[in-house]
Amino acid sequence: MRFAGLVATIGLAATAAWSGTAAAQMSGKPIKIGVLSDMSSLYADIGGSGSVLAAQMAVKDMGGSVAGVPVQVVSADHQNKPDTGVAIVRRWIDQEGVDAVVDVPTSSVALAVQQVMKEKQKVFLISGAAASDLTGKACSPTGVHWTYDTYALAHGTGGALVKQGGDTWFFITADYAFGHALQRDTADVVTKAGGKVLGSVDVPLNNADFSSFLLQAQQSKAKIIGLANAGGDTINSIKQAAEFGIVSGGQRLAGLLVFISDVNSLGLKAAQGLVLTSAFYWDQNDATRAWSKRFTEQTHKPPTMVQAGVYGAVSHYLKAIAAAKTDDGPKVVAEMRKLPINDFMTKNGKLREDGRVMRDMYLFQVKSPAESKYQFDYFKQLATIPAEQAFRPLSESECPLVKKG
Amino acid sequence: MFGAWHIAIPPLPALMAQLLIGLINGAFYAMLSLGLAVIFGMLNIINFTHGAQYMLGAFCAFLLLNQLGIGYWWALAVAPILVGAFGMGLERLFIRHLYHLDHLYGLLLTFGLGLIIEGLFRQEWGSAGLPYSIPDALTGAHNLGFMFLPNYRAWVIVASLAMCIGTWFVIERTRLGSYLRAATENPTLVQAMGINVPRMITLTYGFGVALAALAGVMAAPIYQVSPLMGSNIIIVVFAVVVIGGMGSIVGSIVSGFVLGLIEGLTKVFYPEASATAIFVIMAIVLLVKPAGFFGRAV
Repeated sequence: MRFAGLVATIGLAATAAWSGTAAAQMSGKPIKIGVLSDMSSLYADIGGSGSVLAAQMAVKDMGGSVAGVPVQVVSADHQNKPDTGVAIVRRWIDQEGVDAVVDVPTSSVALAVQQVMKEKQKVFLISGAAASDLTGKACSPTGVHWTYDTYALAHGTGGALVKQGGDTWFFITADYAFGHALQRDTADVVTKAGGKVLGSVDVPLNNADFSSFLLQAQQSKAKIIGLANAGGDTINSIKQAAEFGIVSGGQRLAGLLVFISDVNSLGLKAAQGLVLTSAFYWDQNDATRAWSKRFTEQTHKPPTMVQAGVYGAVSHYLKAIAAAKTDDGPKVVAEMRKLPINDFMTKNGKLREDGRVMRDMYLFQVKSPAESKYQFDYFKQLATIPAEQAFRPLSESECPLVKKG
Repeated sequence: MFGAWHIAIPPLPALMAQLLIGLINGAFYAMLSLGLAVIFGMLNIINFTHGAQYMLGAFCAFLLLNQLGIGYWWALAVAPILVGAFGMGLERLFIRHLYHLDHLYGLLLTFGLGLIIEGLFRQEWGSAGLPYSIPDALTGAHNLGFMFLPNYRAWVIVASLAMCIGTWFVIERTRLGSYLRAATENPTLVQAMGINVPRMITLTYGFGVALAALAGVMAAPIYQVSPLMGSNIIIVVFAVVVIGGMGSIVGSIVSGFVLGLIEGLTKVFYPEASATAIFVIMAIVLLVKPAGFFGRAV
C-alpha cells in the first residue's frame, strides 16, 4: 500500500509540474470571446449587436484563428443589471470556456464583472463602460479599459466649457456608478478651474420625463447644465431642454457623454452646437472611413466609439495571444502592455499598468443642418486632446497596482 | 444616497411649476390608464399589449411624417384609426378565444403579443429612438411668472382632459354606453334584444387601443419615438389602474392625474425615489383598499 501511495504522490507531482508549464502555452482549446452588452434597452444602440459585429470583424480580420486554434465569438444581454451580468460571466468562464469578456456598457455591471474577471484571471476588455474607477480603486491586473472614461469626458468637454467662461454648473446625473463618477470627475475640473457647482439632482436610470429636473436646473441659474447621463436619458434631456427654452434663456447644455447614435436620434436641429468628447468619429480620415464603411454596410448606422473600440480591443488581444503564444489571462495582458496599439482609430496607443489604454481623444462639435452635406455628416473636429492630458495621470491614481515612486 | 436632501424646500413659485409638470405627466398616465380601464371594464381583459400599442401610435406618427409627409395634426386622427384597426384584428384573431377563461390567460397572451411587437420594432429601428418635432403651431412657450410653460405641454393637458371627459361621458351617460355596460353584465340578454355583442366588444377593444395610440402620438414630440417607450411606461400605468380601481373609468382618470402630481413632488424632494413612489403607493392601497379607490369590491 505504501508503494501505491508513493506512485500516486509522484503522479500528482508530475501532473502539477506539467500543468505548470502548460499555463505558459496554448491550452489547445478554441479561444472564446464573450461580448456582454445591453442588447435590448437604452444602451443597445451604443454597444449591443453592433459590438458583436465589431468583435466578429476583428476575428475575421485575424483569419478566424490565432496561434493554431480557432476563435469564437459568443454574446449575451446583461439587461443593465449587475447580478445578471455576473451570472452570465460566471457561467461563461466556469462552464463554457470563455477566455475574454468584451464591451460591457453600464458601469455598475462592468464594476461587478471586473471583480469576477480578476478572481478568475481572465481578460476583461472594457469598451462600453465609462466609470474611471475601473482603472482607479477597482483596477484589475487583467482589466483593460480600452476606449474612454469619465475622467477623459470631464476634462475634454468640461474643460472646454470652463475655458469658454462656463464657471457655474448644475448637474443632472444618472443615479448609478457611471453618473456619479462622471459628475465627480467633472466637478473636479470645474472647481479646480475656479468655478462653482451650484447643485445637482440624481435621476433614476432610464427616465422618460426630465422636465422636473430641467426646471430645477433652470431655477439654479447655473451657466452650464451638465448632463451626467447617457443614451436615451441624454436624448430625452436635450430634447426636453429645448421645449423649456433653456438654451434660448442663456443657459448652456453640456452633454458630457454624447454618442453619434444619440445625435442621429435627436436630429441635427435639436443637437447642433453640442460639444462632445469622443475617441473616434467615422469620418476622421481614410482609415476610419474604410472601417466604418464595412461596419455600416451591415448595420445601416454609423459605428459608435464603443463599437469601434470593441474591434480594436479584440484585435489587440488576439495579436498578443499570437505574439506570446499563450492564452493564459495575466500573460496575455502582459503582452498587450508590451505591444504598441495601432489600428484605424488608435495611433501609438499604450496599455498602462493600471489597465488604462492611453490614446488621444478628440473634441467635436455637432454640425448645424446647413453644415451637414451627406448622410451621417454630423461632427466637426475642434481639437485633439493628447493622451497625457485626456486621462488621469498615474501620480493621482488610486489603483493599488500602481507603484508610487 | 441622500445627496438630494441638500436641495431645500423650494419657494412657492418653484413648487407650483413642479406641480404643473406633474399634472402633465399625469395627463399621459390618465390617457393610458383610461384605455386600460375601458378594456378591462368591458372585456375583462388585462391588456398588457397597451404599451406596445402606445408605441405603435408614436411610430405611426413618425412613419406618416417621414414616408408620406403627413404631419402631426393628421396623425392625431389617422394613427389611432390605424392602430385601433390593428387592435381589432388582434381581438378577432386571438383575444376573443380567451373571454371564458381566467384573467391570467388574457394577461399572458397580451403580454406575449406586446413583447413580439416591441421585438419586431427593435429589430427594425434599434433602441436609440427617432426624432419627431413639435408641430410649428405649438412650439414656443409662455412665461407664467412662476414658470416657463411650453405650449405643447399646455396642449397635452387640455387635449387629455377633453379626451378623458368625453370617454367618461360616452360610457356613463349615453345609450351606447349603457348597451356596453349591459353587455358586460349579461351578454346573453343584450344579444337577445338584437344587439351584436361580439361586434360591440371588438369595437370597444379597438377604441381602447385607439386611446393608447392617441397618447402615443401626443408623446412622440416630447419623448423619444422608441420601441421601448411603451414598456417603460406600461408598468407605471398598471399601478395607476390598480390604485384607481380596475375597470373604473373615473378611478383611472383621477388616479392618473393625482399620481402624476405625487410623482412630481417626489422629483423635487427625493428624486432618487421618483421611479418607485407610485409602486409604494400601490402597495399601500392594495393593503388598505384592495379594490382600489374607485373600484367595487369583488
